[in-house]
Amino acid sequence: MEKRVLFRSAWLPWLLIAPQMTIILVFFFWPAGQALHQSVLQQDAFGTTAAVFVGLENFRQLFSDPTYLASFKTTAVFSLLVASLGLLIALLLAVMANRVVRGAPVYKTLLIWPYAVAPVVAGVLWLMMFASPYGVVAYALQQMGLPWDHLLNANHAMALIVMAAVWKQISYNFLFFLAGLQSIPHSMIEAATIDGATPWKRFWSIVFPLLSPTTFFLLVINVVYAFFDTFAIVDAVTHGGPGKETAILVYKVYYDGFKAQDMGGSAAQSVVLMIIVIALTVVQFKYVEKKVNY
Amino acid sequence: MIQRNPILDFVSHLILGIGVLVVIFPVFITFIGSTQTAEQITSSNPISLWPGNNFLESYRLALFGGKTSGGSTIAPVAPMLWVSLITALTIAIGKIIISLLSAFAIVYFRFPLKNLVFWMIFITLMLPVEVRIGPTYAVVSSLHMLNTYAGLTVPLIASATATFLFRQFFLTVPDELVEAARIDGAGPMRFFWDVLLPLSRTSIAALFVIQFIYGWNQYLWPLLVTTNEDMYPVVLGIKRAIFGEIYVEWNVVMATAILAMLPPALVVILMQKWFVRGLVDTEK
Repeated sequence: MEKRVLFRSAWLPWLLIAPQMTIILVFFFWPAGQALHQSVLQQDAFGTTAAVFVGLENFRQLFSDPTYLASFKTTAVFSLLVASLGLLIALLLAVMANRVVRGAPVYKTLLIWPYAVAPVVAGVLWLMMFASPYGVVAYALQQMGLPWDHLLNANHAMALIVMAAVWKQISYNFLFFLAGLQSIPHSMIEAATIDGATPWKRFWSIVFPLLSPTTFFLLVINVVYAFFDTFAIVDAVTHGGPGKETAILVYKVYYDGFKAQDMGGSAAQSVVLMIIVIALTVVQFKYVEKKVNY
Repeated sequence: MIQRNPILDFVSHLILGIGVLVVIFPVFITFIGSTQTAEQITSSNPISLWPGNNFLESYRLALFGGKTSGGSTIAPVAPMLWVSLITALTIAIGKIIISLLSAFAIVYFRFPLKNLVFWMIFITLMLPVEVRIGPTYAVVSSLHMLNTYAGLTVPLIASATATFLFRQFFLTVPDELVEAARIDGAGPMRFFWDVLLPLSRTSIAALFVIQFIYGWNQYLWPLLVTTNEDMYPVVLGIKRAIFGEIYVEWNVVMATAILAMLPPALVVILMQKWFVRGLVDTEK
């Protein structure tokens, strides 16, 4: 798509795009190229010898490293839980908020503000409720005969970061579901009601199919969120522990590169992450095209 | 109108009420904790649900720092809030300015390699800072930008989403306006300043809210580029308060968490209309 009327100038457009181009060349393309370059080099941790070209050796090592494969699995479980729980709870709340006549704006205001909470703060809030001995939820669980210990029990640690991550993301999903629900024509629901469809049936045969583009879009966004934006939650709540049980991929890139000083391995991990982001972006792009054809 | 069903109405309100409670409860607990003393918190099982009377002392310690009876040194949060504010404002305003300019160039000019430029901006969507932390850190360090506002903000300022948002908007601006401006003898920058900018006010406000929150909540990037506590944004202050000392003053940690989330939460609540718009628009 283009404008019919354009301005003419040989230098002005270049001047206008210069700031953006400078930043993306220096801070995006150059580092991304470096990551690609480093991922095929190997250097000892002290930098005493020159880096040698090793081809795909870093990647071969990466994928034969059980802790990396375990991190992949951890990330998959984590993202699946965060995305499915976050979408389910938000959908339920949005459907309810769309139903009620009185108080809907108040509910909306009270539900959306966690979007503004930094992931690290979300992590700390949930930590406070589950820390022993003073955490109220940990105490309640203890009373029910379910001792809680996220420092030693891997499942508890995973549950804690999932809860914090979902808590923060519900507001976002809720807003998009609510917008999706409000765009469904009222006449369709009315027609189904006149034909005798129960609310349950109306939801599954009309509302849910019409929401499917929103749901799919949110699914991609939530997976990206779980992959990348939750680093702060993991770093503040579990430090990837106990052991390496909650070390998601982004945490591992950070840990291996900055704590363990394995630059080649960390760069190879960065490249793998880039490929994942590219795949997700392509999937999302395909969906956008489909939406246009509706 | 669909007939009302009182039972379903009741269930709806019940579920929404529970949802609101779950959303608010962690913040409530944290606020209660911040009004108690550190000893009160660590010796309690569980924490009391009534506010204590240490509110002023907790927040004074958190904001201005100092020594505690437990022997820990608390780093003051007030300067960190200032760093966060400057960082968030620079990122939000910087993103808006450079995106407005590049979107203007892409929509209103024809120039060689325009498609290449467009695609280069688009591809940056696929390179979030998390996937290139090592090399980006190396670049920033070799430019001597560690522990500076420039290092904290500039690498985060480029934004494909903002550029696309403005591009979409500019494409909807009627061509007649350009023609009229040209007949009146206005040059491109005059047109940009007097016509395009006033028309974009709503988009700018919406984008500002979203990008302010984005900037305020950055965690991984400041963690890498700041080693000097003077340059810590408040979200890092929380980590410092938890892991910095052997004896953790939980009341101060909780007060810091409340202080860190208050400004962006207020922005969302007070600018709710722009916030919702910005969120929906940037994802289109």
